[in-house]
Amino acid sequence: MSTRKAPTGTSRPTTYREALREGLREALLQDERVFLMGEDVGRYGGCFGVSLGLLEEFGPDRIRDTPLSESGFVGAGIGAALGGMRPVVEIMTVNFSLLALDQILNNAATLLHMSGGQLSVPVVIRMTTGAGRQLGAQHSHSLEGWYAHIPGIRVLAPATVDDARHMLAAALADPDPVLLFEHGSLYNAEGSLDATVDAVDLDTAAVRRPGTDVSVITYGGSLPKAMAAAETLAGEGISAEVVDLRTLRPLDDATVMASVGRTHRAVIVDEAWRSGSLAAEISSRITEQAFYELDAPVQRVCSAEVPIPYARQLEEAALPQPATIVDAVRRAVS
Amino acid sequence: MELYSGAKIRGFVHLYIGEEAVAVGVNQALREEDAVVSTYREHGHALARGVSADAVMAEMYGRATGCSRGRGGSMHLFDATHRFYGGNAIVAGGLPLAAGLALADRMRGSTRVTCCFFGDGAFAEGEFHETANLAALWRLPLLLVCENNLYAMGTSLAREHAQTNLAMRAASYGMPAWTVDGMDVLAVEAAALRAAESVRAGNGPHFLEAQTYRFRAHSMYDPDRYRAKSEIEEWKGRDPLKGLAELMRSEGQLDDRVMEELDKEVLAEIDQSVQRAEKAPLEPVSDLLRFVTSETGGAA
Ligand SMILES: Cc1ncc(C[n+]2csc(CCOP(=O)(O)OP(=O)(O)O)c2C)c(N)n1
Repeated sequence: MSTRKAPTGTSRPTTYREALREGLREALLQDERVFLMGEDVGRYGGCFGVSLGLLEEFGPDRIRDTPLSESGFVGAGIGAALGGMRPVVEIMTVNFSLLALDQILNNAATLLHMSGGQLSVPVVIRMTTGAGRQLGAQHSHSLEGWYAHIPGIRVLAPATVDDARHMLAAALADPDPVLLFEHGSLYNAEGSLDATVDAVDLDTAAVRRPGTDVSVITYGGSLPKAMAAAETLAGEGISAEVVDLRTLRPLDDATVMASVGRTHRAVIVDEAWRSGSLAAEISSRITEQAFYELDAPVQRVCSAEVPIPYARQLEEAALPQPATIVDAVRRAVS
Repeated sequence: MELYSGAKIRGFVHLYIGEEAVAVGVNQALREEDAVVSTYREHGHALARGVSADAVMAEMYGRATGCSRGRGGSMHLFDATHRFYGGNAIVAGGLPLAAGLALADRMRGSTRVTCCFFGDGAFAEGEFHETANLAALWRLPLLLVCENNLYAMGTSLAREHAQTNLAMRAASYGMPAWTVDGMDVLAVEAAALRAAESVRAGNGPHFLEAQTYRFRAHSMYDPDRYRAKSEIEEWKGRDPLKGLAELMRSEGQLDDRVMEELDKEVLAEIDQSVQRAEKAPLEPVSDLLRFVTSETGGAA
């Protein structure tokens, strides 16, 4: 993984957005092959403000505003990676990444294999995912599970400021394509950046809260909701262990199965739709690998099978919420 | 074609017969350090680029000695040592990649050229237009070579394009765009050389439309019912190989004896490639999952 030196100083408060920016800035400083490109990453500062100020520091060659051409500039990122650069491509949201799906699936994920191992594609593609900001269906879907379906790419979902800060470096160190999904509702989330952490391990999931009665398995924007649910449950005397997957492909089965082995119950929280979801995959793996550990059927908390609606009460009802997670846990432990 | 009929080679195979002057002429204008991005009709491009007939044939046979170790097949020939970046079966899918390769060179101040081949059908895809805009906007060292063989599978140019003057449309992106007789290898070479040199000199992307024709069907599955026999015969009258041979004969550079030798040499090379492919080891099934992710732990 990363060989960077630990930053000096103690833990300090930061936002997810600032943590991402620090990670980007460090990557740009450390390797001149690294450059950022995407729609509005420069002058505008990134449509979610992640790259604010980087244009002034690194110039328009390395903080490269692109036209509205998702397929064109994502493909160009893949080509630049083939050409020896280390591009970080930003797509405004996963919804728009579908215009570049051909390049991601048919080129980035495929070239190494199709070329018999000759052409690796060290590109990193960042994008926002998820709902919760009343943006309507076309800005609110969670499609990272689709990408997690694809062999040949790594799929990351930072949920904490530490992961937001350090995952990019690890992604850039990967010789293969990496997709990084940033949940839109996390950008303003504050956390305490751990000064003792200088690198993250992309191969393992993290136990964010130990517990003994049930494993709540989640990732990304659902992590804070799962943590809130665990807090509520603790008040009722139910001890929930919260597992943050962090990497959606390849999945860290070992950490999940070890947790289920301790708690004997599993609830999966995934903001995507239930049908054919990552939650379905994880549930299936638990059944395959830890069936005899289970004391109750695996529960899933997913989004309602509806294009995510605009109106606040409808959107809230469509998404996993701490209360629905609490309910699912109660079902599992009853 | 015989090998295909004999089931030695499977999958989609898109023959390049009739279009040879384009691959040869353009590659004459390119240098070793340049890059080539191609389509599923890339055998001619690969060979003209210097990929060995052995490696290409073995790939069609799905052998371990194939240029993509049996994982690509006819439509996905790759050779990193020749900077030959495929072999892409998605129409227009190679165009953004080529822009990216050119971008990498541009950012590092290299004078290398990236050349991208594609068809008249690809010109209708958004990826062509996104790439043309991006390349012109960023003045990328990109040579776009459109092989206009008048058909996208069975759809003729006039039935797929509202405006059939492709060079004019490419020029609207703010790049020099020329049309050249794609049946005349010397004309292609001259035009490609002029374009490549200008790209190399930092004048941004150039577009070359080579007007050509494929003598065979689109692929081995195509019954070729959409073209008049007379049209095919007419174009065959302009066979680029025969045309060049005639020209060289008339200038006293080629006689029957040399021609016979050349024919023999080519047939022997193909024969040898077939024999080597027949004897080559199969890529072991135990290696099925290799090359999904990198094994080296670090890319170039
Ligand atoms: C995106 C996409 N759509 C459709 C196809 C099916 N297809 C394969 S070749 C072809 C025609 C392409 O014509 P052109 O670009 O002119 O190239 P040519 O075959 O004439 O060399 C089509 C439609 C495909 N491979 N990819």
